Amino acid sequence: MTSTTIRPAEPSAGLEERLGRIWETAPGLLGVLGTVDHKTIGKRYLVTAFLFLILGGLEASAMRLQLAGPERHLLGPEQYNQLFTMHGVTMIFLYASPILSGFSNFLWPLLLGSRDMAFPRLNALSYWVFLFAGLFLYSSFLVGQAPDRGWFAYVPLTEGTYAPGLNMDFYALGLILLTVSTTVGAINFIVTAFTMRAPGMSVNRLPIFMWGTLTTSFAVLFALPALTAACIFLYFDRRFGMHFFDPAAGGHPLLWQHLFWIFGHPWVYIIVLPAMGMVSDYLPVFCRRPLVGYTFVALATVSTGILGFGVWAHHMFATGLPPLSTTFFSAASMVITLPSAVAVFAWIATIWHGRPVVRTPFLFAAGFVVLFVIGGVSGVATAAVPFDWQLTDTYFVVAHLHYVLIGINLFAVIGAFYFWLPKMTGRMLSERLGRWNFWVMFVGFNLAFLPMHLTGLMGMPRRIYTYPAGLGWDTLNLITTIGSFVFALGLLLFLVNVWWSRRNGAVAGPNPWDAPTLEWSIPSPPPPYNFTVIPTVESRHPLWEVELGEGARSRIDVGPTLDTGRETLGTSALDAEPEQVLRMPEDSLWPLLLGLSLTVTAYGLLAGAWWMAAAGAALSAVAVTGWLWP
Amino acid sequence: MTAPAIDAPQTLPVELQDRRAPAWWGVVCLIATEAALFAYFLFSYFYLGSIARGAWPPHGPPALRLALPNTLVLLASSGTMWWAESAIRRGNQARLRAGLGLTIALGAVFLGVQMVEYHNSDFGPRTGAYGSLFYTITGFHGAHVAVGLLMLLVVTVRAWLGHFAGGRHLAVTNTAWYWHFVDVVWLAVFTSLYLSPRLAG
Repeated sequence: MTSTTIRPAEPSAGLEERLGRIWETAPGLLGVLGTVDHKTIGKRYLVTAFLFLILGGLEASAMRLQLAGPERHLLGPEQYNQLFTMHGVTMIFLYASPILSGFSNFLWPLLLGSRDMAFPRLNALSYWVFLFAGLFLYSSFLVGQAPDRGWFAYVPLTEGTYAPGLNMDFYALGLILLTVSTTVGAINFIVTAFTMRAPGMSVNRLPIFMWGTLTTSFAVLFALPALTAACIFLYFDRRFGMHFFDPAAGGHPLLWQHLFWIFGHPWVYIIVLPAMGMVSDYLPVFCRRPLVGYTFVALATVSTGILGFGVWAHHMFATGLPPLSTTFFSAASMVITLPSAVAVFAWIATIWHGRPVVRTPFLFAAGFVVLFVIGGVSGVATAAVPFDWQLTDTYFVVAHLHYVLIGINLFAVIGAFYFWLPKMTGRMLSERLGRWNFWVMFVGFNLAFLPMHLTGLMGMPRRIYTYPAGLGWDTLNLITTIGSFVFALGLLLFLVNVWWSRRNGAVAGPNPWDAPTLEWSIPSPPPPYNFTVIPTVESRHPLWEVELGEGARSRIDVGPTLDTGRETLGTSALDAEPEQVLRMPEDSLWPLLLGLSLTVTAYGLLAGAWWMAAAGAALSAVAVTGWLWP
Repeated sequence: MTAPAIDAPQTLPVELQDRRAPAWWGVVCLIATEAALFAYFLFSYFYLGSIARGAWPPHGPPALRLALPNTLVLLASSGTMWWAESAIRRGNQARLRAGLGLTIALGAVFLGVQMVEYHNSDFGPRTGAYGSLFYTITGFHGAHVAVGLLMLLVVTVRAWLGHFAGGRHLAVTNTAWYWHFVDVVWLAVFTSLYLSPRLAG
C-alpha cells in the first residue's frame, strides 16, 4: 500500500486545464460507448426513462380513447390486455425508478463534492442493462406477443396452461434482467454515500434527496430479490413444467402474490422516496429558508423505507387471508402514513415560515403536496379491510395509485427538471411556459383522475376493454379521457420548453436560484472533473452560511487538488474525515460488453436456445474477468 | 463537530485494502442482496411446506449419507480459504497458492458430490412443487459455488503472476468473503431442506 501527500490549493487556469485533460471522455464512438462519466450516464438515464414515459403515455392514450364511451372497439380485447400490461410495466419499471436513478447519478457526486461515483464502470453497466432490459421487453411487440396478463402477473392466469406464447416469458426474463441494473445501481449509491463525501459532510449534513435515494437503495437490496425469485419460479413453471404455483402438485398461487408484493410494496416507496427528497431540497430554495424539521424528515424517510416491508399483504385482503394477518397488515398500512404526514407537515411549515418565491419548481412542489395528500387519503381508505373488499380491482384503486405515482413521482420530477436542468444544460427554461406547463398538467390530471374515484365507487372494474352503456359510467369516463389528453398536452408543453431552452433559454450561470448546496458552486454545465478543488463542508447549506449567520464556514475555493491522475477523496462513513485517495477507472467498454452478453443470455432463455444462453453466460464471465483484471 | 480542515498538506494512503475500501463495501452489499434472494427461496419452501396437504417432504427427508459429509467438505473449504487469506496478509505467497488450490479442490468435490446426489435421487424438479423447490434452491446454490470457483481460479492465476503482497490483497479478501458467504448459505439450505423435516418428526 502506497501513500501520497495531498496539498490544498486555490483553483487556477493551469489546474483546470490539467484536470480537464485527465477526466475528459475521449471523442468519437469509443468515448460514446465507453464513457463512465456519471453526468453523461445520468443524462442518458433521464432521456431514456423519459422516452419510456412517453411510450407508456401513448399506451394510456390509446386505452383512454377506447374507454371514452361505451361499446367502443378501437382496440380488441387482446390488444387492450397488452397495452394495459405494458403501460404498467413501462411506468413502474422503466420510467418511475430509472428517472430517479438519472437524477441521482447526475447529482450525487455534485452534491457530495466528489469527482465521480464509487464505481463508475458499474454505473455504466447499470445504464446499459436498463436500456437493454427495456428494449428486450419492447421487442415483444415485434413478434406480437407483448406481456398481456397485468403488470403484477398473477398466477395461474400467467402459467403456461392459460398463457401460452412468449408474452409472459418476455415479462419474467425482462424483469430479471432489469433487476441486475437496479441492484448494481443501488450498490453504487450505498457505497458512494458511505465513502465519497466531501470532508466534513457528516451524515447529518446530507441533502434529504440523498437520504431518499440511500433508503431506497437499501430497500432495493432486500426487496428486489423477492421479484427475482418470483420471476425465476414463473419462468421455471412455464418453460420446464415445474410446479411452484400449481396446487394440484403441492404448489400454491398465493406464493406468487406474497413474493410479488413483498417486493411490490417496498417498490412503491422506492419510486417515491427520492422524489420526495428532491422536493425537500428544492422547495426550501423557493421559500428562502432551510427545510423545517430536517432531522424529522430524514428519519421519516428511513422509517418509511423500513415500514414499507411490513405492509405487502394489503394488496391481498381479498384473497381470504386469516383475519389476524389482514388486521396486522391493515394496522401497519395505517401506521406508515405517520412518517408521510411528518414530511407533509415539514413542507407546509417550510412554506408557512418562509418567504415563498413562486417560480415553476415551487408550483410543482406545491402541486405535489396537494396530490400527495389526496393520494394518501385514498390510500388510508383502502388500508381499511372492509373498504378494500368493496373497492379492490375497481377504478378507485386505479385513481389512488395514479395520485400516488403521478402526484409524488411525476410532479416532483418535472419540478426537479425545472430546477436542475439549468445545471445540466447551462440554460434556463422559460418561466412563462413553465407556468402554463404546470397549470395544464395539474388541471388535466385532476380532471382525469378525480372523477375516476367515483367511477370506481360506482363499480367499474379495472382492466375491462369496454363496457355496456347505461351503467352510469359513460360521462365519467368521457371526462377522464378529456382530462388525460389535457394532461398529455401539459407534458408536451414541458418538452417544448426543454426544446426552446436549448437555444433561447437565459444563460444560467453557476447558481441561478441562489441555492445552498454544493452543486451550485460549480459552473453549469459542470466540467468533467466536477470540482477543481475538493471542498470542505461545515454545514447543510455551504452556500447560505453568511445569510444564515450560523458561524459555519465551509471552504469551496481552497482544498486538495488531486491532479496526478483520475483521483478523488475517500472519507470515513459517518463523519466524512479524509481517509484515503481513491484511483478512479478510465473509460471502458467492458460494461457495454457485459450488458450485451447478459441480454444475449436472456434471449437464449426466452427462445429455449440453450447454446445461446450458455454462450451469453460464458461471454459474461469473460467480460467480468476482463473488467476486474488490473 | 468541527470540520476536519484540509488547510495543510496531509499524507493519505492510496486505496486502503481493508474494510474502508469501496470494493469491500460493494462485495458486502452484493452478499446482502444475494442472501435476501436465498431467504426468499427458503421462505417459499417453508410457505409451501406449511400449507402442504400431504407429507412434507412428500418422499421423506432427503438422505444425509452424502449430504452430511459434503457439508463438511464445504466447511473445510472455508477453513482453507481463511488460511490462504491470512497467509497473504503476512505476505506468504506459497501458502496463499496452496490454500487457494485446496479451496478450489474442495469446492469442486462439493459440486461433484452434488451431481451424484442428483443422479441418485428418486424425484426430479417436475415431480411436484417440493422437487421444484429442492432442485431450484440447491441448484442456485450450486451455481453460486461455480461462480465462486471461477473467481478463485482468476485469483489463483493472479497469485501465480505475483499480483498480491502483504499490503495488496483486496481481491483475495473480497473473494474470501464471497466464498464464506456461499458456505453460510449452504448451512442455511442444509438446515432447512435436510435437517428441519427431521426435527419436525
